[in-house]
Amino acid sequence: MARLSEAAVKQIKEICDRYKDENTPLMMILSDVQNEYGYIPLEVQEVVSEKTGIPVAEIYGVVTFYSFFSLKPKGKYVIGCCLGTACYVKGAQQIVDKFSEILGIKPGETTEDGLFTLDALRCIGACSIAPAVSINGRVFPKMTLDSVVKIVDDYRAGVYA
Amino acid sequence: MAMVNIKIEGVPYQVEAGITILEAAKRCGYEIPTLCAFNNGECSRASCRVCLVEATGARGLVASCVYPVAEGMEIKISSPKAVAARRASVELILSNHNRNCQECDKNEKCELLHVARVTGAREGIYEGEQTPVTIDRLTPTITRDTSKCVLCGRCVERCKAAHGIGILGFENRGFKTVVAPAENRSFINSPCIMCGQCINVCPTGALMEASEIDRVDAAMAAGKYVIVQTAPAVRAALGEEFGMKIGTPVTGKMVAALRRLGFQKVFDTNFAADLTIMEEATELLTRVKTGGVLPMITSCSPGWINFAEYFYPDQLSHLSTCKSPHEMFGAILKSFYAEKIGVDPKDMFVVSIMPCSCKKYEKGRPEMECNGLRDVDAVLTTRELGRMIKRAGIRFDRLPDEDYDNDIVHDYTGAGVIFGVTGGVMEAALRTAYYVLTGKEREGIIFKEVRGFEQIREAEFDLAGIKVKVAVTSGMKGAKILLDQIREGKSPYTFIEVMGCPGGCINGGGQPYVREAFLPNEDADIMETYKQKRANALYSEDERQTLRQSHNNPQIKALYDEFLGEPNSHKAHELLHTHYNPNRQRFDD
Repeated sequence: MARLSEAAVKQIKEICDRYKDENTPLMMILSDVQNEYGYIPLEVQEVVSEKTGIPVAEIYGVVTFYSFFSLKPKGKYVIGCCLGTACYVKGAQQIVDKFSEILGIKPGETTEDGLFTLDALRCIGACSIAPAVSINGRVFPKMTLDSVVKIVDDYRAGVYA
Repeated sequence: MAMVNIKIEGVPYQVEAGITILEAAKRCGYEIPTLCAFNNGECSRASCRVCLVEATGARGLVASCVYPVAEGMEIKISSPKAVAARRASVELILSNHNRNCQECDKNEKCELLHVARVTGAREGIYEGEQTPVTIDRLTPTITRDTSKCVLCGRCVERCKAAHGIGILGFENRGFKTVVAPAENRSFINSPCIMCGQCINVCPTGALMEASEIDRVDAAMAAGKYVIVQTAPAVRAALGEEFGMKIGTPVTGKMVAALRRLGFQKVFDTNFAADLTIMEEATELLTRVKTGGVLPMITSCSPGWINFAEYFYPDQLSHLSTCKSPHEMFGAILKSFYAEKIGVDPKDMFVVSIMPCSCKKYEKGRPEMECNGLRDVDAVLTTRELGRMIKRAGIRFDRLPDEDYDNDIVHDYTGAGVIFGVTGGVMEAALRTAYYVLTGKEREGIIFKEVRGFEQIREAEFDLAGIKVKVAVTSGMKGAKILLDQIREGKSPYTFIEVMGCPGGCINGGGQPYVREAFLPNEDADIMETYKQKRANALYSEDERQTLRQSHNNPQIKALYDEFLGEPNSHKAHELLHTHYNPNRQRFDD
């Protein structure tokens, strides 16, 4: 199994320390790790386990239960396609399919160049601008098949870098 | 204690406030069928929905294993609604269960089968998706079959409660949920210590020992010289496999059965337990006198050794280098004994009957050999021996009492017998250390201070001016506390005994399952008292022995005179001692 660098271990321990006074710190720790690294591999879970005393199997259970957490590295840009009710009736499935087609990946996967991850999400609360897509926090309203192509091109061209 | 008034099926009772309906019903003489609930709340996730009852004040049916009683509550266990719901719950579980019951070794003690019978669950009511059959057979100790798992969580809780390790957890969600080591790994690629406690609590055949009955059959068929040895704790529990009351010692019948199964020689591991004490007590005294690494910690329990290697690789010098008794016995059988009886050790096949599932792993460790031969060739658990005896059609209860083969490795003392219970190795070692240091036997013989089932027991003894402070623990939670003290340089002890399973070998991962549902003739508190009852079987055998200290075993003395020289001699080290591996990866790929 791959080993973490000393700096990474130190940083994960620091994240754990942020919540050392909490009764149930696990979700917050994992949340911070996910934000910081983009994923939570087993090596990281081991460090969290050692710091918190929570068994690795239990941490792994939480990571695999919530779709927000990821075991594999996510791409530089995480494309979150809303599939909530409003977006869905406005054709969100076709939007996801279009991203899939252009990028050559299924929802949950990451492109080989590490640039894009495609996620299908539950309602993101942007029903008035359905169908909506959220990429690294930036929300794109009223998506069409054409705008899917443009957005991918723009990201590839570094427009939003 | 606050009490509340409840009614069950219209009959009034007073029970403690705050307890669950399940517990209250039990005290009032009811056994509500359950699957996930276990051992008075050790596990109760309300996940199986088998214990549903009607209760006033609740919306709909409630899971009695988690729902507390309240003043005025009226509980209906046998209302048509509750009966139908419990049956449906079981039928749903069965719909996703691999029902090859006749080939499942659990089937006599399967709780799913039991609740299916009790609730009258019908076959084929719900058809649906099935969890695929994936079986982890990579360890020599435990097999895990996802198609038998009912996701009750008992194993998860036991691993955490006994050891604080928590190897098993729930993974993924919905229909894809599995109970597994992280990443759905094999036990072999996780820091599982292979104690087998998870097997002991599993209600179905999802977790089982890896059976070696076939290997023993093959050795017999091949005409090997098959010798069997039995660990002390086996005699305290084997009778349970044949309906005898817990704590019935069955040494004589067990020996008779083994002979009828075709073993050429039947010996008692206790002989080697006495040998272990000679080696271990000598090692301890040498360490004390020469300023060696202290505290010294016992090394008989392979689960404990695994724990130490995985989690305290920096502290392995504290472990005694002694092999465990059955390994010592194997080494002696294939050297000294083989020569004496004129049998080529290559033709020997040594089988150990153990209360332990981890001994199956231990026997395969690279260190456990001498002259290129394995010390021990096969390990069967108490449960497996029970199955072999039944397979042979032997009426265990009608067997005569017979004695072990009266040979040069026959004798054992009371000190060897108590090895099977937590505190026993410590007490046996103290009996001999006392004699070596003071030149006389301790009055009253026993060391009561180290007996019992508290997580950590400590005592201090003055042995001819040498103060010896000792600690005893079983289960890795206690071991962790003692090892952390050592790591921090704060351990006040000279000698520590650690056993992997809570209560020691009598409660080992290879012992008969203890389930109230299958023990109609035991008292209501059997889940709390069974360990003590098994322990009593050993302590009473100790009391019946004329020789009760290892150093007084005449055959052990002869073994040293004729063969080994003296304890911790070069030859003894070659055959009877081992070393440990500080490089084991917790999550190996």
